[in-house]
Amino acid sequence: MNDTIISYFAIFFSAVFTQNVLLTYYLGMCPFLGASREVKTAAGLGAAVTLVMTVSTALCWLVYYQMLVPFGLEHLRFIIFIIVIAAFVQVAEITVERTSEKLYKALGIFLPLITVNCAILGVCLFMVIRDYGFVKTCFYGFGSGLGWMLAILAMAGIRQKMAKANVPGPLAGTGISLIIAGIMAIAFMGLSGVIKG
Amino acid sequence: MRKDKPKDIVMKGLFTDNPILIQVLGICSTLAVTNVLKNTVVMAVAMICVCAYSSFTVSLLRKLIPSRVRMMAEIMIIASGVIVVDIVLKAHLPEVSKQLGPYVGLIITNCIVMGRCEAYALSNPPFRACLDGAANAGGYTLVLIAIATIRELLGSGSLWGVQIMGEWWTNWSVMVMAPGGFFVLAVLLWIFKGIFDREPEKEAK
Repeated sequence: MNDTIISYFAIFFSAVFTQNVLLTYYLGMCPFLGASREVKTAAGLGAAVTLVMTVSTALCWLVYYQMLVPFGLEHLRFIIFIIVIAAFVQVAEITVERTSEKLYKALGIFLPLITVNCAILGVCLFMVIRDYGFVKTCFYGFGSGLGWMLAILAMAGIRQKMAKANVPGPLAGTGISLIIAGIMAIAFMGLSGVIKG
Repeated sequence: MRKDKPKDIVMKGLFTDNPILIQVLGICSTLAVTNVLKNTVVMAVAMICVCAYSSFTVSLLRKLIPSRVRMMAEIMIIASGVIVVDIVLKAHLPEVSKQLGPYVGLIITNCIVMGRCEAYALSNPPFRACLDGAANAGGYTLVLIAIATIRELLGSGSLWGVQIMGEWWTNWSVMVMAPGGFFVLAVLLWIFKGIFDREPEKEAK
């Protein structure tokens, strides 16, 4: 029992730090570069991604193992996962809109964008490839979302400071962001000794 | 409607409007698969097939798709193409397919494919849309191959799995890992923008 709890924690920790979806697998780069100019936007987007990622990976697990595998339809998973994610995003948007105006204002504009965020689909596909059980999947989804949020927040913080820096013309904007991301990735890699395997 | 010449479409996709370097789209897979040249080429071919196919199909159906659900329809078309590519890869190149892992599936959410469908295929006839899709995927391919060559050569001292560098060579292992991808792309972007961004300014003057 103790071992399983440790393994859940290990999955969670590695999803947040050492195997960060963004900095190790490059998933969700487009919004990462596009929406990381301000800490406030980054926080909103990060929270939205964490929410959608946690729930939709769990939903995808259920759909994959309860519906697709019994009927031998594994090859349809791309389409099905996209539909599940899109449907969940839609439901989440409506719910948030009805229940909390404040939250809607903070997250609302980001939710529709998330459907095409490759990080969500990527995490769902990784979960299938790595053969995680349901609880592990939940931990993995939540950890990945949190890791993504952490990375974009750090990035936004750095970029706000960078606004005053004098970067050579052609390198400014995306170029320098990529270099920052690279350095951040090295920093995150430094944590990989903490967890074995 | 302004008619583009086929040659212009190709040039735009490959160079002047390069999806990765100028529009900065579809970076995810660009970086993820480029540590080994062979995987990169397979990925790029898959990308060209999917992009050309989906642009063509979207353009063919553009008058039938209601604009409210067009995103969903586009995703379905793209996903069907990706499924075919995925199955073909699994059957003929199981090794590569395993290494690419989820990234073949992630072509679906690659902004380049979706972007071309939205921006071009929805308002242009099938043949030109197909060419535009292929040209943009071609531009993606060029950048991918450039990055992969640099990363594999520096990171493992080999190209296409064949050892190029001699005994004296020390691998820059950071190149094969995640940060290397960021750095190489950043430098390429820098060079490319330095060369191409000046031209429109000159023309304007």
